[in-house]
Formats: sequence, structure tokens, C-alpha cells
Amino acid sequence: MVEPSSLVRWGLRLLALGYVFFLVAWPVALVVQHTFADGLTTLTETLTDPSVQYALTLTLQVAFWAVLINLVFGVTISLLLVRHEFPGKRVLSALIDVPLSVSPVVVGLALLLVYNGRTGWFGPSLEAAGWQVIFDVPGMVMATAFVALPLVIREVVPVLTEIGDDQEQAARSLGASGRQTFLRITLPSIKWAVVYGVVLSLARSLGEFGAVKIVSGNLTDRTQTATLVVEQKYQNFEQSTAYATSFVLAAVSVLCIVVVSLLRPKEASA
Amino acid sequence: MSSASATAVARPARLRRPGSGVRPTSLTPTSSLSLGIAVTWFSLLVLIPLSALVVTAAGGGWDAYARALTNGQTWAAIQLTVGQALLVTGVNVVIGTVIAWVLVRDQFFGKRVLDVVIDIPFALPTIVAGLVLLSLYGVNSPIGLHWANTERAVLLAFAFVTLPFVVRTVQPVLEELDHDVEEAAASLGASRLTTFRRVILPSLVPAIAAGAALSFARAISEYGSLVLLSGNLPFRTEVVSVRVLSFIEGGNTAAAAALASLMLAVALLVIVALDLVQRRVARRG
Repeated sequence: MVEPSSLVRWGLRLLALGYVFFLVAWPVALVVQHTFADGLTTLTETLTDPSVQYALTLTLQVAFWAVLINLVFGVTISLLLVRHEFPGKRVLSALIDVPLSVSPVVVGLALLLVYNGRTGWFGPSLEAAGWQVIFDVPGMVMATAFVALPLVIREVVPVLTEIGDDQEQAARSLGASGRQTFLRITLPSIKWAVVYGVVLSLARSLGEFGAVKIVSGNLTDRTQTATLVVEQKYQNFEQSTAYATSFVLAAVSVLCIVVVSLLRPKEASA
Repeated sequence: MSSASATAVARPARLRRPGSGVRPTSLTPTSSLSLGIAVTWFSLLVLIPLSALVVTAAGGGWDAYARALTNGQTWAAIQLTVGQALLVTGVNVVIGTVIAWVLVRDQFFGKRVLDVVIDIPFALPTIVAGLVLLSLYGVNSPIGLHWANTERAVLLAFAFVTLPFVVRTVQPVLEELDHDVEEAAASLGASRLTTFRRVILPSLVPAIAAGAALSFARAISEYGSLVLLSGNLPFRTEVVSVRVLSFIEGGNTAAAAALASLMLAVALLVIVALDLVQRRVARRG
């Protein structure tokens, strides 16, 4: 390996560390410091605040349904894309990635245009049938599912492609049913990819802000999720509550990263 | 080393061609049914809403569309967003490559920590990212940098949320780079700079380009981290996504859709560009 001079090396190291320190490490440390400035009081007060409690519960519910939907949809689409040939497959495979690059604000607006109860394409008829989507939980689940849609697929497809289908063919020729083959052969080999996908989707779902803000209407104690509470508390000058709620959200997200990075090497060595 | 969350997001859009071990079969009745259900859900969730956006944007005709975008305040927001996004992409191309190089080629105490910290911007909810930046660059800044509610706040938020893209696209390529070629270049008398410029850099260019495209797309579409940080002052710190939201709140759906369709177009362009880069690399490899 060609080594740069030690001066250049130190320069680059300092540049990298300095940039990351000022942009990420120090600001994050300050939020932790704000949260624990007066011991655990702020955190306990925040966690017993009824609207924060409500928001955290709602966030968990919405995230749960969004992740569940993306899990079932993701595994199904991955299997279809890798194992089957059908017209329009390439287009579908390209379109699956769209949600990752689209702005949450665009996502929210797009859902609003179709599902709002007054002027939406489907909204009025759905509402007539008793289904309120926008300004209610179904819309929030949809917005969350939209933004996290490709995460499971992106983890599962490469693994499915890599393992090939020899074992599945063998199982089938020995008389296993489609369901047996999936449960006994396919599922165990994509297990970890599915777990990563779920953890990533969960982190993304808990933290969604823009899209949910638009479709939920941000009604306190009705459709306000944790990220929306952070905004409201900060703007109402309840900054310590905002910092503490942020800390909870940040802690969960960082935990998700750590879980994924701890799980990953295990798979590599297995 | 690099954690999954980053690679999952930073990994450029990739065409999923079945590997040699897979013989794709035609659809069975069961798989046709599941394909039908999956595509229906995908249409209801993604395709129909995005089409509704385009239809609404086009509803008023070309004149109305152009008028919506060239409205003074909107045009200022577009200029600000594109300008700062380009600037941040430039910063990321340089700093991201440096960080990737440091992570792969340098050895020092705490490198593992740096590697994890790089992923924090991906993991943090965007509203939290804004609050995090406010703690160091806001009103109560411990170092006296009052950047909140200025143009710098926009740059700061963009830089924060896009930090991992170039790093995570360049890092794996740098890890797999063959050291023999560099040694050969050096033993043939190339200086360190020449080796970097003529041997290392060309193999990194596709990865850097992919990371840059992702950074740009992400910056253009950023919303959450700016809400608290930039103050959303019209003509000064208001970005495109904030403008879309205020159109929605004001009931001007047509203008919101016009601006949003522009953002959608940029996102689609980036996906296509990434696909082209990816295919070029695949052909060469």
C-alpha cells in the first residue's frame, strides 16, 4: 500500500474528525447533556406528560402496523422478483426504490390528494363507507409504510439472489409443498436479512415526521406522534420536554443501529 | 464495518438481476395471486398517489404551472434549495471521500467510534436532527455561533442529513481496491499525488458520483431538520419543502402539487442517473 506522508495523513485525520465532531458528535452530546442537566427529573417529567405518553403510544402503534405491512409486502415482492419471471418485472423493480428518494412532503401531499375526505380521488367514497384515512391512523400508517417501503426488500433480495434456488428445487422434487418449502427452506436462509430489514424499517417508521405531519393534521392527543410533539413542545417554549422526547427517539434509533451492526458480523461468520 | 442502516440507504439503486444460481420460473396460480395483491397495494400506496400529484400539477395547464413556480417567493425558495444543495454536495464529495479514506486506510484509537457516529444522521429522526443542531448553533450556542434562522442553518441541516452518503458509497470501493496497482505505480516512479490522481481516484469516481447524486436528492427533499432550525423566513431561509407545506396549509393544492412535482422529477432523475452509473460500472467490472 502506498502511504502518504505523515503530515498529509495527520491533516486528513484531523479534517475528518473535526468535521464529524462539530457537525454530529458535539451537537448530539449537547442534547444528551440538556436531557440530564438536572438528573432524571426532566426525563421522568417528560415521560409522565400525558400528551407525550399518548404520542409515544400512537407512534408505536403506527410504526407496528407500517412495519408489519412492509414485512409481508417486502418478503412477497422479493420472492416474486427473484424467483419468478413476469411482464413488467424490471419496471416494478425500479419503481420499488422510488419511495427512498421522494421527499416526505411529496409523499404526504400525494396521499392527501387521493385519500382526503372532501376532494380526494378515493377519499369521499371511502369516507361514505365509514373509512376515514386522512387525519386518522390509517393515513398515518400509509405515509409511514410509504417512506419505509423499500428497506425490507433491499435487504432480502440480495440474499435470495445469492443463495440460489437449488435447495428449494430439491425440496420440491422430494414432494414438499410450496408452503413447506417456504417455511423450512427459504425462510431460515433469509431470516437475518428479514431481521435487518425490520429493524431498519422500525427506526425509519418511529422517526417519520414530514409525511405524517401532512396526513395526520397534527391534532394534539389525537393524531400527534412523538416527532410532532417534539416540534410543538419546542415551539411552545417547553424546550426541556422537547429535548427529553428527542433523547428518547434518538436513543431508540441509535439502539437500532447498534443492534443491526452487532447482528451483522454474526451472520458473516456463520 | 459499516453498519447496515447506512448501506441500506446509501446503496445506489441496483437492478436486481437474478444470479446464475437462480432459474426464474413463470408464475404459478398462487404466486399470480400474491403478485396481484402486492401490485394492488403498491398502486394504492405509491403509484396512484404520485399520479394524482402529477395530474393535479398539470391540471391548470402549462401557464398555471409556470406561474406557480416563478412566483417570487417560490422561485427564491427553489434558488436557495438548489444552491445550498449543490454547495453541500460539493462539500460532501471532498469531505466524504476524506472520511472514507481515513476510515479505510488510517489506523488510530477511536476509529470504530467515528465509523458509528457517521451513521447517526441516518438513524436520527429529522426533527431531532434539527434540535441537535440547534443545541450547538442556536441561540444558546456554547461557542457563540448563532446560525439559526440564517442561510447557514440551511447548509448546516443539509450537511448533517447527507453526511453518510458519499462516505458509505466510497468506503466499500476503497476497501476492495487492489493495493498491487498502487504499489506498481509507486515502484514505477509515480509520486504519491500522481498515484492518487491517476490510480486511486479513477476507480472511486463512480462511487463518488453515486454518493453525490444521493446527497443532492436528499438535500433537495429535506424538510424535518429545517423546521426548527432555519426559521422558514420567506425569501431568506425558506426551502422548497417548507414552501410546499405552507401551500398545503393555505389550501393552494395546485401550487403545492406543481412544486412537489418538480421535487418528484428531481428524485426520479437521480434514480435513473444512479442506475446508469451502476450499469456502467457493472459493464466495466
